[in-house]
Amino acid sequence: MRSESDILIIGSGITGCAVARELSRYNASVIVLERESDVAEGATKANSGIVHAGYDAFPGTRKARYNILGASMYPALCKELGVPYRRNGALVIGFDEADRATIENLLARGKANGVRGLEILERDEALRLEPALSPDVLCALSVPESAIVSPYEMAFALADDAALNGVSFRFNEPVRDVSALPDGRYAVVTDAGSCVCRVLINCAGASGAEIHNRLSSERLEMVHRRGQYYLLDRADPQPFTRTVFQCPSVMGKGVLVTPTVHGNLLLGPTAEDIDDPLDTATTAGGLSEVLAKAFRTWPGLSVRSNITNFSGIRAHLTGDDFIVGPCDGCPGYFEAIGIESPGLSSAPAIGAELSGMVAAWLHLSRKEKTVPLPRRPKPFHDMTDEERARAVQADPSYGQIVCRCETVTEAEIRAAIRRPVGAYSIDAVKRRTRAGMGRCQGGFCMPRVAAIIAEETGLPLQEITKNGGASRLLSGTLSSFGKENADHE
Amino acid sequence: MERMITCINCPVGCRMTVALSESGEVVSVTGNTCPRGAAYARQECTLPERMITAVIPVEGSPVPLSVKTSKPVPKSLIPEVMRELGHVHVSLPVSAGQVILGNVLETGSDIVATRNLR
Amino acid sequence: MNERFVNILIVGAGPAGLAAAISARENGITSILIVERENEPGGILRQCIHNGFGLHRFKEELTGPEYAQRDIDRVTELGIPVECSTMVLSVSPDLTVTCISSSKGFQVIHAKAVVLAMGCRERPRGALCTPGTRCAGIYSAGTAQRFVNLEGCMPGKRVVILGSGDIGLIMARRMTLQGAKVLACVEIMPYSSGLNRNIVQCLEDYDIPLYLSHTVTDIRGRERLEGVTVSAVDENRMPVPGTEIEFDCDTLLLSCGLIPENELTSAAGIAISPATSGAIVDETFCTGVPGIFACGNVLHVHDLVDYVSDESFKAGAAAAAYVRGGRTESSFIAVRDGDGVRGTVPQKIRAAADQPVSLMFRPAAVYRNSAAVVDWDGKEICRKKAMIFTPGEMALVTLKAEDLRGISGGTLTVRIERS
Repeated sequence: MRSESDILIIGSGITGCAVARELSRYNASVIVLERESDVAEGATKANSGIVHAGYDAFPGTRKARYNILGASMYPALCKELGVPYRRNGALVIGFDEADRATIENLLARGKANGVRGLEILERDEALRLEPALSPDVLCALSVPESAIVSPYEMAFALADDAALNGVSFRFNEPVRDVSALPDGRYAVVTDAGSCVCRVLINCAGASGAEIHNRLSSERLEMVHRRGQYYLLDRADPQPFTRTVFQCPSVMGKGVLVTPTVHGNLLLGPTAEDIDDPLDTATTAGGLSEVLAKAFRTWPGLSVRSNITNFSGIRAHLTGDDFIVGPCDGCPGYFEAIGIESPGLSSAPAIGAELSGMVAAWLHLSRKEKTVPLPRRPKPFHDMTDEERARAVQADPSYGQIVCRCETVTEAEIRAAIRRPVGAYSIDAVKRRTRAGMGRCQGGFCMPRVAAIIAEETGLPLQEITKNGGASRLLSGTLSSFGKENADHE
Repeated sequence: MERMITCINCPVGCRMTVALSESGEVVSVTGNTCPRGAAYARQECTLPERMITAVIPVEGSPVPLSVKTSKPVPKSLIPEVMRELGHVHVSLPVSAGQVILGNVLETGSDIVATRNLR
Repeated sequence: MNERFVNILIVGAGPAGLAAAISARENGITSILIVERENEPGGILRQCIHNGFGLHRFKEELTGPEYAQRDIDRVTELGIPVECSTMVLSVSPDLTVTCISSSKGFQVIHAKAVVLAMGCRERPRGALCTPGTRCAGIYSAGTAQRFVNLEGCMPGKRVVILGSGDIGLIMARRMTLQGAKVLACVEIMPYSSGLNRNIVQCLEDYDIPLYLSHTVTDIRGRERLEGVTVSAVDENRMPVPGTEIEFDCDTLLLSCGLIPENELTSAAGIAISPATSGAIVDETFCTGVPGIFACGNVLHVHDLVDYVSDESFKAGAAAAAYVRGGRTESSFIAVRDGDGVRGTVPQKIRAAADQPVSLMFRPAAVYRNSAAVVDWDGKEICRKKAMIFTPGEMALVTLKAEDLRGISGGTLTVRIERS
């Protein structure tokens, strides 16, 4: 397939989606190319889900500026898009005098960055706020402005909004080549065809530097830093209300223990530099490291509550700061590279600024009307009895509970499949509805979810995947002993 | 010749040694705790038998049909019985107990539906 | 909101719920309602198409669907309604149950007694913390069983099974018979928790190797599973470096234990035993909330459905007695796990108990030629010898009414005495 557009965005992580949504407000054609089968498949689906207050980045860096600005945009944006967000506050805890010095530094940095409400708490005060904390804690930096958000749900909402306003999302199209054309435009070759565009925007996450280096003579070096996590059951008692960090190091913000907006508890991440930017495996070593470190924060930790383990890859530039904006020597090529932590916090601000730059470059006019994102109904799980009664009366498919652990109804699964950027795999449905995110990890509901996807899409059950590509759930239909090859091939 | 057999009659799971003559006849069974074990070991060494259960596709039904042999069949015939099942055509409705395939492979055992399907 | 009143509400139409309903009806109770979340009754037996059920209860070998059908037929004969595709959302201590279905909407049902019979679920991968990728092709054995036996689909072609529980063993044979290649069954313990019969007829018959004291230590494959690494483990169940075996497979089935499904129970404020993960009950299977009973795999995981039915008949009868008002106030005798014993049910006995009481438990390890002994405050009151106690088989000691005569409090301890 060969296509042309004014603007082409590579990558549909949180940054690509934020940029796409902002650009959808202008009179321009916008295409988003995504290598995976869904939005938010890279670091966006596998991070800590924290909207940082902004005390960690060094004053004067782009990380600091975008963090502060982005974090301030979150409450209104989440309300507008119906994305779960909670300002739960954070503690950065210290165990010894060296940590106290670090915490004092963070306090100074935070003040310089303009973070409000920071203060250093002594042991007893910290323990009073979070009684499950280790009694070995010496002091803590209290960060009342720290918040939690569902990062992938944010990306889904941004993408839906963008798609409703004319942005075209193309999935399963990894970029194979990028080049500048003699007429000043750019050509992008993917597995499925090619695209020509006037403006190319690189939001490619872990592949950001690779794409940059194909176009620019100024080489960027990227390190792929893997972080492994534990996710604990939300049915178990939740010991913490705040996000609890240990003191940061050069490798990152350290292992944290945090509630998620859905009431689970998240432990992690590790920070290991790896070669393969797509290697999101967990390892025995990594998992035991998370446990050991989280145990230091929370001595009451029990692995019995574990629901799943996962890992994400941070795209770390050796320059240690984000790159956002036009690229020298490549007119019409814009980029957002190295968007590691605080990338989630920064995404709305990066989206606003980068789209402004692109609009100015292309002299774009704003659309007179935008299509508002329809309000999604409250999840059945969170409804009162009266709301449930009304919901099932209006739509009988609310009466079919597909996922027992998370109480997700057939109505919600069908709605997720029919969203503007729809869900066509088990994982895509899971992240939009929470079906399969509970204790049994889809053991009961997965066959049913697969059947609903097959019904909605008209695909045979055998074609339904866990997460796009070749991740098919089934190998075929029934066959009998001795004639397997005939039936399978 | 000797064969080791694990008894399946109870959780003790006696490991029995069966001595066989050159013609394959059972000479002795040792290691069993009770006579049921010895009988099982003899059977396993002479003519082992198994019940077979399986599912087969049914025309027009998204749910397959579960079936069983009406009595145990020689263990060596399991692959062949399964192959026979691959050629069976069943259509709705089916009742539990209905014979799907009579006297499979001349064993005297029928293939019988174990559920209703409508 | 649709409001209704019944005498006994039973949550779940699996073997436990069906037996409880039959028994309650046979004990004279009318207005019984069974609610079932699946679209037909029978519970997990619907997908257990293999034979071996019913030897104790019916003295013949039935397949799962055949066993279930007998109870379903009896429930139909007794005119007990079963509302399928109906999910119970809450059970409250005042015996009010809310549920939802497409056909009847949101319902509030007031009952005079409630029997919890929701069954159990399988331990998922997360509970094992197995490292590796999160690719397609990793299923619990029961999910695979559902795919094959109820949906007519094959989950994969080359299979490794982790855990040698009975469902895993049964699936090794099922997958083989339906055309897949099962490469190995891997068990972290030095013994299998499955029945000998299943080891022989599901693994040995098909030359499937069983690796005891081994576990899966890595999972490979970005999209679909491509292979697993299996390692030997030491006595602390930690992998031993250098013992890795690689298997190229597209499917990993997990058969690593079952957990009673007690979310409704906990939400009702009913105390749960950490040993069984089921409700704490007395000898009538009454939970800590008067009028709420629990039986079958939601109470504690059984090996044989025959015992589930037996237990549930008792629970149904007790619920019937409760509705009739035949229950007297009583003090309790506590029941405690002693040496070599885990998860004894019931956890307490009413001093007023005038029927024999079966104490069911799991041996903590394999014990040969040993005895199960029940002590009351240090004094032996009952002893049962057995050639073998194994964790894979629930053990049972029955106290006769006279064993309990004169005992109105204190603690019974169940222990295994090794020879």
